[in-house]
Formats: sequence, structure tokens, C-alpha cells
Amino acid sequence: MKTLPPVDVVIVGGGWTGLLMAKELGSRTALSVVVLERGGQRKTENYSSDMDELDYAIRMHMMQDLSQETVTFRHGPHQRALPLRQHGCFLPGTGVGGAGEHWSAWFPRFVPDNFELLSRTLEKYGPRKLPEDHSIQDWGITYDDLEPHYTRAELLLGISGKAGNLRGTRIDGGNIFEGWRSAEYPTPPTKIPYVASLFGDAAKSLGYHPYPIPAATTSVSFTNSDGVTRPGCTYCGFCSLFGCMIGAKAQPTNTLLPVIQKRKNVSIRTGTWVRRINRAAANGNGNVTGVTYVDSSGEEIFQPAALTILASWTLNNTRLFLLSGLGESYDPASGKGNVGRNLTHQILSAATLFFERPLNRFMGSAAAGLRVSDWDGDVFDHTHLPFLRGGSFAVVHIAEGPIASFGILPPSVKTRWGSDWKKAGLYYYDRTARLGFSGEHLAYKGNYMDLDPTYKDRLGDPLLRMTLDWRDNERHMSEFAAEKAVEIARAMGAKEIIPSPTLRNYDATRYQSTHLQGGTIMGSSPDRSVVNPLLQHWQSSNLFVLGGSTIPQNASANPTATILALTYRTADALVDRYLKHPGPLA
Amino acid sequence: MRRRRFLTLSAASLGGVLVFSLDRKGSLLTSQEKRLRIPLRFFDESEALIVAAAASRIFPTDDTGPGAREAGVAIYIDRQLAGPYGRDRYRYTQGPFEDAPPELGYQGKATPREIYREGLKNLKGFDRLAPEEQDGHLRQIESSRFFSLLRQHTIEGMFSDPIHRGNIDMIGWQLIGFPGPRMSNYDEIDKHYGEAFRPKPISLRQATGTDVRPSEDEK
Repeated sequence: MKTLPPVDVVIVGGGWTGLLMAKELGSRTALSVVVLERGGQRKTENYSSDMDELDYAIRMHMMQDLSQETVTFRHGPHQRALPLRQHGCFLPGTGVGGAGEHWSAWFPRFVPDNFELLSRTLEKYGPRKLPEDHSIQDWGITYDDLEPHYTRAELLLGISGKAGNLRGTRIDGGNIFEGWRSAEYPTPPTKIPYVASLFGDAAKSLGYHPYPIPAATTSVSFTNSDGVTRPGCTYCGFCSLFGCMIGAKAQPTNTLLPVIQKRKNVSIRTGTWVRRINRAAANGNGNVTGVTYVDSSGEEIFQPAALTILASWTLNNTRLFLLSGLGESYDPASGKGNVGRNLTHQILSAATLFFERPLNRFMGSAAAGLRVSDWDGDVFDHTHLPFLRGGSFAVVHIAEGPIASFGILPPSVKTRWGSDWKKAGLYYYDRTARLGFSGEHLAYKGNYMDLDPTYKDRLGDPLLRMTLDWRDNERHMSEFAAEKAVEIARAMGAKEIIPSPTLRNYDATRYQSTHLQGGTIMGSSPDRSVVNPLLQHWQSSNLFVLGGSTIPQNASANPTATILALTYRTADALVDRYLKHPGPLA
Repeated sequence: MRRRRFLTLSAASLGGVLVFSLDRKGSLLTSQEKRLRIPLRFFDESEALIVAAAASRIFPTDDTGPGAREAGVAIYIDRQLAGPYGRDRYRYTQGPFEDAPPELGYQGKATPREIYREGLKNLKGFDRLAPEEQDGHLRQIESSRFFSLLRQHTIEGMFSDPIHRGNIDMIGWQLIGFPGPRMSNYDEIDKHYGEAFRPKPISLRQATGTDVRPSEDEK
């Protein structure tokens, strides 16, 4: 094994959080910063030749290569887990920019009460309303702590939208149920495609409050305070699952990389597969000493660093903790250990709608549309409902290509191939829309991650094992959402409607978003969390963790805004406090 | 070295001579008929003819317009199976392989190539049957993984960018009114509400002006 000269900071993962931290540390300090990224380089110039549905949206060429490493999955602790052999319920990215390249660019904030979910729920409903095996908890910070950082993140990406709550003043046309905002969005809302406009009109006619989706597919050309300029969105339709060919969709490569590339103290090493976080076993202070990785030639390399920042995706952050023996692996039977606990996903459901008129669905961006949050969080009273929490409805022209969407047919069509099927497919191809619902997934004691005893990655390291299933709270919420979706769809004039099937067991073949949370969660006490509210490891004060793995439980909304806000907050703590006096910050 | 194998098709069954308008009225110019020999990468000729025949029962040529035959779906599938997808380059293929509930996705060991080779054994002579008999055979295998791949690949061959050798002359896109990789819909996105807006399709190579390589063409 080769040992390299030490650096000040090593960052594992070159996605949104790793590159934002690299940009902040690289710009605000003179520290030497190395970013280790498992995948390859990505550039905006590559993306126009990638406007190919087959290779990118069907064969998933932007995603993690599962032949090298996947996860295993089971529904409960007494089952044998099996590997997820192809992509399905979530789509982890790879390469510089990570999943931030292929994302759908929705940028909502979380509902404020999720940050204090346990205490707020107990306060309002008492302990009996909570599911018996829940493990929800407070984050150790509040929405107010994070608000300024949300605003910074929105300014960094030039988010398009309309405020619904400016310092407590409710504004029609924005999300009146959102937490208070200190500033209006940096750019005006996106254009609204046809089906989304039908959704907005229908929602309004029913007394609900539609508003433009906060979008990182920016509506107009925007220059941020780093001097990075991105053009406005052209609604080409090659958006989610693709990189943006003009850089209108904010991605780490078009928003952060231009700044990082100018900093001589920051370097990005691609093709580096991190296997372990190294611990200083002998020195006794619990600190980590850097990371060990395998480079593209297969050589194993130790990179010593004074400060290690783990910034890969939720599942890999957790796996690296487990592989490195950092902290105690969570055991659901005894409740001991924290690494791997509180695995949450997100509920994605609602309905497929069939219309009489053509919809021109090839035009759009993944985030150009309208959203309704009248049933998000605890906006509505749950006293007489069989579930807690909620989510938001939305309609976009996500512009799924013809391969993915040809043959989605109403229940009245019974055939799956042949002339009648073809005829129906041709008719409905551009008359089909989705009304989406993304709902909050509570944390439970039995949903967690550990290492698989059987299956290995390409290097022989154990795969991460997910133990995950829905509970009645999610099933009841998705039924409620389907009823609301049908009500709105009827008001939109849909001729036939297929509500999403009721959730039974978690289906690893059905896409549920790439919003996985937990594994190395934050909290106010080391007894119930892995990192403190500044995302610093409780035991090793020179190790920080960024990303979805630190979020104690899902909050219904897309998490990128929250994850970037948390990253800014940690960057401030590092620059303003830690670097002056290294040691525990909380 | 293996002898090169070819699929011989009449030009009339290829999109190149199919005149097709956006109102879905197609007409074949049979007067231009000539024979074309297309080199195969994975199938032998008899397999390619079976796949072409089966794909064209799944997505037939009929009064609603051209189908899998004119789009070159069999050639598309041949290229996919010969390439990395066909040998499961992107799937996690370490054992042990176990039976699993369907919610865990396909757990089998067989690659797409192996599934086709095995499935095609049961369809010997299929291309020489009458259409009704062909449909009867397909109904018998409807629940097989082979059929579900064949159906999926037929859709892919109809509607993927022509760089992948299906969707010849963007015939599939013309059928459904998909314009391909248009770089901008900025001036159109909030217009044409409820009215069909059907720009003339362009392919990825036309749109970018570059010789984009599909992933199945490995170096």
C-alpha cells in the first residue's frame, strides 16, 4: 500500500455536498483540499450528445454501476437479503456531480416542524398517536437555525419560484404553508406546461393552493455571487436522468466546479474508490487519520488528512462507517448502536391520468410545474385520521421519453401487444399524465442498514444490507393521497384515472425517488445519533459527515435544499470555529 | 473467425423507402424494391427472421401505420444483444442466485443473450407461420421472461434514437409525434394548450451535428 503526503482536508464524494464543501473551504481558507470521486469527470459539453433516452433513461448510464457494487434488500430481520441486481426503487449517481447531475432539480424546503418531529407530535397528539415501533426524533436544530442557509443555497443555485411566506406574511400564489422565508426566490417561476396548468386550475377550483415548484431548472439566465452564470431553461424535456446540455439545470459541475477549478488548493481525483476511513488506533483520542482508497489502476493508497469529510450518498456514507468499524452497528433487537439506524425513504404515489386532448408532453423540465401542499406535514389535523404527517401533490411535464411511456394505457384497454394495443398506445401516448404525490416516511426501529453476510462488492467488501418495509402509517397515507389525487384528476377533466396501487410490501422494483435518509443521523445526544448538530462525529472530532445520511427522518419534500443548507452551516462551523480550535464543537 | 452473417431484407421493409406523413398515412413504394444484406452481430439469419416476425406481431404493420418491421427492430435487438447490455455488463451478477418475491426484481443468472437463445429454440419456423398461428405461439409464452424482454425491446427499437439502428428514419417518432432531441421548446412550452404541436423530428446526430456513438458500439 502506498502512503501519500498528508493533506489538510480529504473529502469523500464529489457530488453536491462534497463539492460545495470543497468550494467553501477552497475559497475561504488556504487549506489543501482533495476530493475523492469514485466515478469519472463530467462536463456540460458532454451532455448534448447524451440526449438519448435509451442509453440514459433506460440503460441508466449516469447511475452507479451495479456490476461493481449494489445493496442487498429484505423486508424484515428474519429474511435472507438478496442483492438488488438492477436499478429500481432509487437511482444513485456516479461521477463528478453525483446524483446532482441527473436530478430533477426540485428545491423545496422542509416543513419546519419536521426538525422537531418527536416533540411537536407528542405535544399535539400525545404518545398514543405515534406508531408503536417508531424511532422518529428531533434533529437537534430548528428550522430557524437553518433558514439563513436555505436562503444562501437558493442564491447559489438561482432557484426559481414564488414565496408564500415572507417573514410571516402569507402571499397568495406561493406556498402559504411553507416555513417563513427571509427572501423571495432569486428568479421568477418557470413557465407552466399544459397539464400542470390544468392541475393548477383544478386545485384552485377545489379551494386548494397551487404554487410553482421551487426549481433549480432556472427560468431565466442567472449569475450567482461566485460569478457563475447559467442560462435559462429551454424546456427541452431531457432533464431528469440526464445532465443538462446547456447548464440551465443547476448541477455541481456547472455551479460549483467552475469555482473549484480556479482554486489551486483544491484537487479532484476521479476513479478513486474509498474502502476505509482510517482510525488512529494508537493515539487514543478517537480521531481519524484519513482514508484508504483504490485508484483506477487497482493500487491501494492511504491518503492521510488532518480533517476527513464524508460526503458520499446516504447508503455509501453508512457503509463506509460500517466497513471502517466506526461506532457501533445498530441492532434493532437491543436498540443498541447508532450506525445504520433510522433508514427512511419517501412515498411516491398518486395517479395516472388519461385525457381526450393531446398534451405535448415532450416539452418540459423535471421541475417546471405546480405543486399543492395543503396536506403536507401537519398542515391538516390528523386527530381523526389513521395516520400521521402527509406530503405534496404536483404535476410536471417530466417529459418521459417514448420508450418509458409508450403503452401506459387506461384500464379499459386489455391487451399488451398486437394491433389493438398498438392503436391504443398511439392514441394515448400524448394523452397520459401523472399526478404525483411525495409523502413523508416515518422512521421505525425495524428499518435500518448493516453489512450483508453473504454478498460482496468487486473488491470483496461486504455489501450494505437494507432492511426496510412499509408500515400502516404509509399505507393509510398513500390511500388518502390516492383519493385526493382522484378528486383533483376529475376536476382536471381526466377521462380515465388509475390511482397508484395501495402500498403493501416495499417494492424494490418501483421507483420511490432517490431520497434515502439515515444511517449516520444527527441529534442532540450521542446516545441516539452518530453526528452532532454541526454534523461532526461525536467520537472523532476531525470527522464530519454531509448528506442525506445525517437526516433523522424523511420530510416528504425533496431533500437537496436541506442538505445544501446543512452543508453551508457545517462549512461556517469549520471555518469560523473548528479550524481555530480543533476539537468537539458540541 | 466466424463467418459474417447477414439478414436479407427487401428494401421495401425498411424505412428508407417508406413515405410517411405526420397524419399517420403511410404508403410503401414497392416499385423501388431491392434486396439489402445487413450484417448481424449476434443472431444467425434464421434467428433474426424469427425475432423480426415476432416483433412485428407485437408491434404490427397495419392500418394505423408502419410497425416493427419497417423500424428495423430486429436489427436494433441484434445490436443490443451483441453489446454490453446483452452480456449483462451493468447488472450485479455475483451469486448465490436465489428465488425471491417479485418485489426484489429479476434475480436470475441468465443474461439477455442467454434468454433469447433459449427462447428462440422454442420458436423454430415461427417466421413461416400464418399471423394467426404466430399470435397463438406468442400467447403461449406471454408470461415468460423472454417474451417480456422481446416486448420491451420491440418498444425500444421502435422509439429509441436511430443511432441504435431501430426507429429507421424516425418512423416510430413520426407515428406518435415525438420530435426527438429538440434543443429548445422555450417559445412553445406555454402555447398550444390542448392542441397537438408536432415539430418535424430530428435525430441526435442531426441535432448535434456530431457522430454520436451508441453504447452498444464498443471500441
